[in-house]
Amino acid sequence: MKRTYLFLLLGFLILLGLPMVLSSYVLGVFIMIFFYAYLGQSWNILTGYTGVISLGHSLYVGIGAYTTYLLSLTLGLSPWVGMWIGGIGAGLVGLVIGFFGFRFGLKGVYFVLLTISFAEIGRLIFLHLKIFGSFQGLFITPHFSFWNYQFKENTPYYYIALGYVVFSLIFAKLIERSKIGRYMIAIREDEDAAESLGVNVFKYKMISIFISAFMTSLAGAFYTNYLFYLHPGTMMSMAFSIEIILRPIIGGMGTVLGPVVGSFLITPLAEISRSYFAKAGYEGLHLVIYGFLLVAVVLFFPRGVISYIKKVVTSGQSGLK
Amino acid sequence: MSLLEVKGVSKNFGGLRAVSQVSFDLEEGEILGIIGPNGAGKTTLFNALTGFYRPDEGEVWFKGENLINLRPHQICQRGMVRTFQIVKPFLQLTVLDNVIVAALNRVGAVGSATEKARKVIEFVGLKEKTETLATGLTLAHRKRLELARALATEPKLLLLDEVMAGLTPTEVDELIQLLREVNQQGITILMIEHVMRGVMALSKRVVVLNYGEKIAEGSPEEVVKNRQVIEAYLGEEFKGA
Amino acid sequence: MNLNLILQLALSGFLMGGVYSLIALGLSLIFGVMRVINFAHGEMMVWGMYVAYTLLLWTGLDPFFSFSVSAVTLFILGYLLQRTVVNQILDFPEAMQVLPLVGMAMVFENSARLVWGPDYISPQSRFALSSHSIGFLTIDTPRLIAFSLAVIFTILVLLFLKKTDLGKSIRAAADNRLGASLVGTDVNKIYAICFGIGTACVGTAGGLLVPIMPLSPHIGAPFTLISFIIVILGGMGSLTGAMVGGLIIGVAESVGPTLLTNLFQGIGLELEFPQTMKQVVSFFILIVIMILRPQGLFGGKRG
Repeated sequence: MKRTYLFLLLGFLILLGLPMVLSSYVLGVFIMIFFYAYLGQSWNILTGYTGVISLGHSLYVGIGAYTTYLLSLTLGLSPWVGMWIGGIGAGLVGLVIGFFGFRFGLKGVYFVLLTISFAEIGRLIFLHLKIFGSFQGLFITPHFSFWNYQFKENTPYYYIALGYVVFSLIFAKLIERSKIGRYMIAIREDEDAAESLGVNVFKYKMISIFISAFMTSLAGAFYTNYLFYLHPGTMMSMAFSIEIILRPIIGGMGTVLGPVVGSFLITPLAEISRSYFAKAGYEGLHLVIYGFLLVAVVLFFPRGVISYIKKVVTSGQSGLK
Repeated sequence: MSLLEVKGVSKNFGGLRAVSQVSFDLEEGEILGIIGPNGAGKTTLFNALTGFYRPDEGEVWFKGENLINLRPHQICQRGMVRTFQIVKPFLQLTVLDNVIVAALNRVGAVGSATEKARKVIEFVGLKEKTETLATGLTLAHRKRLELARALATEPKLLLLDEVMAGLTPTEVDELIQLLREVNQQGITILMIEHVMRGVMALSKRVVVLNYGEKIAEGSPEEVVKNRQVIEAYLGEEFKGA
Repeated sequence: MNLNLILQLALSGFLMGGVYSLIALGLSLIFGVMRVINFAHGEMMVWGMYVAYTLLLWTGLDPFFSFSVSAVTLFILGYLLQRTVVNQILDFPEAMQVLPLVGMAMVFENSARLVWGPDYISPQSRFALSSHSIGFLTIDTPRLIAFSLAVIFTILVLLFLKKTDLGKSIRAAADNRLGASLVGTDVNKIYAICFGIGTACVGTAGGLLVPIMPLSPHIGAPFTLISFIIVILGGMGSLTGAMVGGLIIGVAESVGPTLLTNLFQGIGLELEFPQTMKQVVSFFILIVIMILRPQGLFGGKRG
């Protein structure tokens, strides 16, 4: 246990120093690693810990991104402030979805379809709003400054994204140990048993979806100000929702480190294979590989890579004794 | 005033009347057994008492409060907790973590809930299994875990749904002893039980259900002599003997 | 409100609904027997489209004939998919059943892109531009043919299930998995054949759609979603429900946007509900039905 923390601290210190040695391109890859690790953690709170499957998390990214943009456009509000408002907006939408789903007892596939429905409705609505550029999408003219959350170099984004990840790790660990987290896990393991032991299942599912949607939408603010281009067709699509869930599933759902491990494994692979296959004229091949990965992980490592690592580490330790 | 008053509770599923006009009282400190053949509506009655089903008719009064519109977790918070016939452990959690969830019902902080959980685990005799995942427990141990979780919520009234089924005679005897201790701590017990040894040893009074209706009530000895009961349920066993 | 326009839209939506029904029939059959939801359904349909399109390209064979080749191809694909992946996940919790099939959807979608390229294609078939008039209504010939063939194929599938021994054992497997295995039928084989028939339905539908709409690798997902909506509307596992639901959704999607725009204007709102948002109508229906009648129109108990 102590050793894990030591490793994490060491890793964090190394990551702090990396921008001094790495090229801007590689930093960009790291930024994506952090971005997806953070998104995965946000989804993990709802699906990994509480056992409520969402395939519509791209909706919250979109809400976060557009709210932040709109507030800065109309009120001149800094994204650093606007992102929290976007978070609350996404959280409220999450509560609406949760209310319909949990109040009316939609479970399993039915809840999955509910989340997809809301996400698709959201995508189609945003796609038709003139203020967001309709089908052309939205190009943002950056005004570089810290206050605007917009920078010329990759380094500031790198540190911000790293901050997101560190925040999400600490937050997930705190949740896991708290009463809320224990109740969430109990609900995942057996709803009826939890309810019979005094757990207000409805309330804690609502708390869980609010936290998850809130966290997810904060990544939307980052997305806006890092890419300077918003389009519901990409960032609010079901494909993006799948991107979000892929890493925590591969890393290990319902674990603090799973999303990060998953992202360190998958994101570089994704970035490199994407550009490599595209150059070689096989655009989309990396998605075929993704698809097979998803199948293989569920069939062969249903508890994720991290449980496998843990097994190896613990058996190694007992071997030393 | 009785601790629990069940007044004319009925529950239908489609055309089937699973529980029909069942009434009985339960005094504080008592151990009451509910027996009856399979399909007599015992578990349905439990579900109706603990808020998992809403009864179609009738009232359930607990400590002077009508429970009819309450949800299961609210009923647990008021001091009435049930176990499940098919045990429902949180499989991927350790025994300790399982019981902590239940202990949090009364204790807000995880730290003190952990202490409490350890005590309860020791009490039910699972101390060596504290850090074992529930998925690795035998059935007898799972039943004890189920009991430990229920006790950790600090109930006034404990509803046990066939906690003895599937246990060896020795395990049954140990459990009888344990439940006596639970009862001595001031916890009232309402138990559905097929294992007659257990019922005879613990209950001074039993209620007999058949086809959803209460057909008899009295001491185990009286009930065993009741013709209707013999025909409905005990008959099969006694005829053979 | 322009009543002629509404009727015209309703008719064309109804014809499309026949094809929807066939797609949903496949999904419902698979669900009814295996309790698995094929999240790759629409993406597999796109493969059916490309098979018919390729035959048109190479041999000039009209999609209204070559859809049978799509059906056979998709039967084989479905059979293999069941044997390799689906059969392994039958006893998984529902959640874990979703993910591998979502993965397969990605595989089908993007492998189609690798083979046939990312662009939209509108193949010109013989009947593409012909139409008939009945009174003030115009009927697109390709739509009418697609509808008729879809209905015929649907009837054939139903006859197969009702009349043949194999069909009967599939229905027996749907009623009772354990029972079927006890009486000695090879359940795994039945499952694989059933999955194959389900995907053959969607393959057929794909072939029939080639003359009606442009194809691209990425149009599958909306069809997957539409088929879910239809099946939930009709009732999970109910074959009648799938057919009626298909027609309802077909009409609703076609008429909905115009009707809603009229409605908005009627209450003084200057809002347009564009045709490109027609899916919102279906999603709305889905949410309402899940909340108010989760067992669907023709469903008994919820699965």
